[in-house]
Amino acid sequence: MAVQIAQLSCGTEYSGVQPEIERAAERVGAEIVFPEVDLDLIEEACEEIGYRPKSANLRVLLARAYALAEGYAEADAVLILTCFRCAEGALVRSEARRYLQERTDLPVVTYSFTEDLDAGELLTRLEALVTIVERKGLLARKRQEGLTLGIDSGSTTTKAVVMEDDEVIGTGWVRTTKVVESAEKAVERALEEAGYELDDIEAIGVTGYGRFTLGKHFDADLVQEELTVNSKGTVYLGGKQEGGATVIDVGGMDNKAITVWDGIPDNFTMGGVCAGASGRFLEVAADRIGVDLEEFGELAVKGDPENVRLDSYCIVFGIQDLVTALAEGADPEDAAAAACYSVAEQLYEQQLQEIDIREPVFFVGGASLIKGMVRALEDVIGVEVRVPPHSQYIGAVGAALLASNYV
Amino acid sequence: MAKVFIHPPNSLILHDLVERFGHEPLSLPKEVGKRVRDPEIDSPPMNVTPRDPKRGLKYAAVEVPSGVRGRLAIIGPLIEKADAAILVRNVEDLSFGCVGCDRTNEFIVHLVRRRGIPTLELEYPEDEEEARAFVREVKEFLESLEG
Repeated sequence: MAVQIAQLSCGTEYSGVQPEIERAAERVGAEIVFPEVDLDLIEEACEEIGYRPKSANLRVLLARAYALAEGYAEADAVLILTCFRCAEGALVRSEARRYLQERTDLPVVTYSFTEDLDAGELLTRLEALVTIVERKGLLARKRQEGLTLGIDSGSTTTKAVVMEDDEVIGTGWVRTTKVVESAEKAVERALEEAGYELDDIEAIGVTGYGRFTLGKHFDADLVQEELTVNSKGTVYLGGKQEGGATVIDVGGMDNKAITVWDGIPDNFTMGGVCAGASGRFLEVAADRIGVDLEEFGELAVKGDPENVRLDSYCIVFGIQDLVTALAEGADPEDAAAAACYSVAEQLYEQQLQEIDIREPVFFVGGASLIKGMVRALEDVIGVEVRVPPHSQYIGAVGAALLASNYV
Repeated sequence: MAKVFIHPPNSLILHDLVERFGHEPLSLPKEVGKRVRDPEIDSPPMNVTPRDPKRGLKYAAVEVPSGVRGRLAIIGPLIEKADAAILVRNVEDLSFGCVGCDRTNEFIVHLVRRRGIPTLELEYPEDEEEARAFVREVKEFLESLEG
């Protein structure tokens, strides 16, 4: 039977996006279901949850969460959707998620959409939900075995890792241009460092944006979305495969915040509406200051973010603010620090509000290599942030680890 | 015969009253019905497509959530062609679906008031006596409208 994803939403029909939601579910082999509620149950739910939003459709959303928690309705996972920019919707979305997580074991994903939502945006999220429900056995792996290759085809960079007997023995990192060519180069570098040929590899795992293309090209054993793979790679590298943890993954184009229990994600959010909270923003900022990213990170550690005002969270306007500050004589250190804090604050406001942070907090992805970002994140969220070894390779390591299920 | 916008725009009671007193109700079921019959529109079950929230930009800026703009794209044109309007307040407990977004409902009332057309605003009746008074008020208002 298809995995049943309960849709708790407001505004999807009148934004014209319901067919896209159902298309995304169909593509990952899931079925969208709507928990049945009646007027009495809506009143009961608002009373029990202690929240009565003014919009009736949001009351239905809460009642559907209540129906799932109380066993009046059944589903394998939950998708909560409200319109982007609706303040009341955002409050109810968070409240329904928190309520479900406190009372059920159901994996929950939330998203705020616009009329431009297409199935592709939801695909990774729904695929992760389905994986968590269907492939818990696969995700339970804690030790890498045999000789495996993991490839992470990211939006900005492509990473490859060769692992043998629970150790990383080769890595390759190239800028993504053409998906296949970039992956071939990254793989070549990783194999060279490991001292093996592609034919020696016993199993291949692929993840990231280009996973489907690479899965076919390399005849991969495992083709998996990056949410589950990255969280698996993180807790493996961070030595925290038991209990709870939080993964903050800031890549070139998007960012993710994932809470994990025993190495399996149970809640996650993905950014992506604005590039202002991604590695791309830091890259552009470093370029404007005239340093490479490593130096930019060192500068940021020395700077005081309070000395430069970055009022905008948009990548374009953010850089304009930065340019203005530099023109007015701001120190490059302060400008670099302000840029890092801007990304950290956006992560906090847009992603981390949606999940309940569990310590330890791991910071991974390309941006985790920027020292100033680590400091900014720690200051903004107020807890210690750990950067595991090979933190830029977590996707590839996760893929290589999970691929050993096929050795 | 006057064109009378009703709010909630999906109220069958108001639709029926307006028709009974010889006017044309401007209501949502009629609009949605047109969309169901239009072969070009393929977004079941509501036949609202992502084009509608963009059309809704006529009434509200891009900062406004898509669900509000999508509703306004259907309801806004009805308000524009109305000669009169009947607005019923205190119906939030039963306002699901097309009237399930309170932000939209607030704005619809504002759009009607802004047009300055003859408008009857009254409370949703809670008992039989209030219901009789409600119908009486609606009748008097509709009879006062010029044909």
